[in-house]
Amino acid sequence: MLLSPYATFADKVRMAVLLVWCGLVLAFLVLPIFVPVPLSVNAEAFFTYPLKGLSWRWYREVLGSDAWREAIWHSIVVAIGVTVLATSLGTLAAVGLSSPRMPARRIIMAVLISPLVVPIIITAVGAYLFYAPIGLANSFIGIIIAQTTIAAPFVVVTVGASLANFDRTLMRAAAISGARPFVAFHRVMLPLILPGVLSGAAFAFVASFDELVIALFLAGPAQRTLPMQMFVGLREHLDPTITAAATLMMALSILLLIVADRLRRRPRTDGDRAS
Amino acid sequence: MLLVAPLFVLLLLSFCLPIAALLARAVYDPTMHDALPRTAAALDASPGQNVPDGVVFAALVEDLLEAKQNDSLYNLAKELNTLIPAARSHVLRTARGLSSDQRTTRDELIALDPFWGESETWTAITNGVRPFTTNYLLAAVDLHWTAAGDIGAVAPDQAIYRTIFARTFGIAAGVTLITLVLSFPLAWLLASLSGPTAARLILLVLLPFWTSILVRTAAWTVLLQRSGILNELLLGLHVTHHPIDLMYTRIGLIIAMTHIQLPFTLLPIYSVMRTISPSQMRAAYSLGARPFAAFRRVYLPQVMPGVMAGCLLTFILCLGYFITPALVGGPADQLIANFISNYINVDLNWPMAAALSVILLALTLGLFGAFARLFGIDRMKLI
Repeated sequence: MLLSPYATFADKVRMAVLLVWCGLVLAFLVLPIFVPVPLSVNAEAFFTYPLKGLSWRWYREVLGSDAWREAIWHSIVVAIGVTVLATSLGTLAAVGLSSPRMPARRIIMAVLISPLVVPIIITAVGAYLFYAPIGLANSFIGIIIAQTTIAAPFVVVTVGASLANFDRTLMRAAAISGARPFVAFHRVMLPLILPGVLSGAAFAFVASFDELVIALFLAGPAQRTLPMQMFVGLREHLDPTITAAATLMMALSILLLIVADRLRRRPRTDGDRAS
Repeated sequence: MLLVAPLFVLLLLSFCLPIAALLARAVYDPTMHDALPRTAAALDASPGQNVPDGVVFAALVEDLLEAKQNDSLYNLAKELNTLIPAARSHVLRTARGLSSDQRTTRDELIALDPFWGESETWTAITNGVRPFTTNYLLAAVDLHWTAAGDIGAVAPDQAIYRTIFARTFGIAAGVTLITLVLSFPLAWLLASLSGPTAARLILLVLLPFWTSILVRTAAWTVLLQRSGILNELLLGLHVTHHPIDLMYTRIGLIIAMTHIQLPFTLLPIYSVMRTISPSQMRAAYSLGARPFAAFRRVYLPQVMPGVMAGCLLTFILCLGYFITPALVGGPADQLIANFISNYINVDLNWPMAAALSVILLALTLGLFGAFARLFGIDRMKLI
């Protein structure tokens, strides 16, 4: 497929070099992220292979110690809050933006997407200095609001993509049939754009669950999240607990993102629940 | 239109406004003005004096006495210390010697502590009490107002920021170049293949892309240890006879950043390559072009927008790196973002953090603006 049927020896050598190069690059890309996985079941507190024996002790450490358990719990609470807020507001905004009568669309879109562009340290520092005097620093509400600003753009983009395929005459048809705008949204539009909404929600959840920098600035000891706990572990007392936590985090985000990707790429089915 | 309003208002209040407030701190800093209100007013009324007259000194004594009474003296001393080295002890000592029963005069104060008779002290105070200041922005590019009132370079031993910006740019450029060299052939291979093999290989590229930066940095922290897997591998292959220090070094940082950024460079190149029909290269060959000429004259010009987009994206993202330098880099590998964080958390010099943020944000937005103009805003959507 890659070589023409008339490939010369030189062509074959070139192709072999290219394949080896690509193999090495792929190995560089993929192998490092799986390094923590086997080490997390190592019986010894070393970061080298071969493993001295298998054990679940580092997972017990993560899931059994109060500090890690609390951090996981905080992360889940914050991520759920961010997902709910970002998905609802983001979906509304995407629907509004898709309306043909929307004025100043480009500028508004630029503002909605800007949190993805601004370096996260600036977002975090800005939020910290602004939220602290009004009592939102060291609070879950503050973290949820700040992380929503970086999670919502994902929802706007994914829902916007599904709306691009949405036939707006359906909404007119619903209106003519006597549906109020909310009913038309709920019964006609939402079922059709649901894959985009769910995929945006998954992206929002992961964006919050993996987020470290905003949490570092806005969370106090009582709100310490899983990424913060990992960051402190990596900085101060490096032990294989980190590898177990990293494996858990990686498994959750990859799982959710594969689901999100499947939803987003799924060809649109015209099945109508109401029929 | 009303549907957009909730998110738009939330972003304005919780994102745009805080960032605007942060940037404003770089040029508007009323702390000294508020700490020495009378002195500020008196200095304003009689400008241009090297060491001011008795009126200003009387105002200073009033301000110091008031600070002493409402326990804000320590903060005042700390603030002044950021402008003049060692000012803290002078302020605290002077204030201890003042009493509210008897008004200390100009000469008495200078006799009490000659610090107050020096022109450097007063240049700094005069600068400091102005709420609007360009001091921090100038300092962020290693410039300052000289005593003569011109803009000049700061002393070499205090000039650190240009080094930091040069370091950040250098690392960003290096990482961009390495990711390009690594990813270009792979992007070509992925774009040339089709069917399930291609889908599986693409998944291998997306997998690291979907893993959080923190988890990938954690993986590199484990890999790069002195007794870590990479060193074991190098020793086993007899590449080296002693373990190499990779953690907390520039090389380790660049390896980790390259790994994290590779998909960002690769995906835009790949998406452009997919649109180029292989029959074009075959046409070039059949017209007699040698492989290199065909590549350079037919393929490369068409791929260039993707290459530029991928490289620009990686470069911009590298400018704002924080987590990886903090964990994998050594003290000499910290980037702009790490200094911003340090000024907020450790040095408590917020205006300086704000000034560095202004420059970082201006660079990022400027480059993104160029990006959007050259390639359209849609290419930014990698997800």
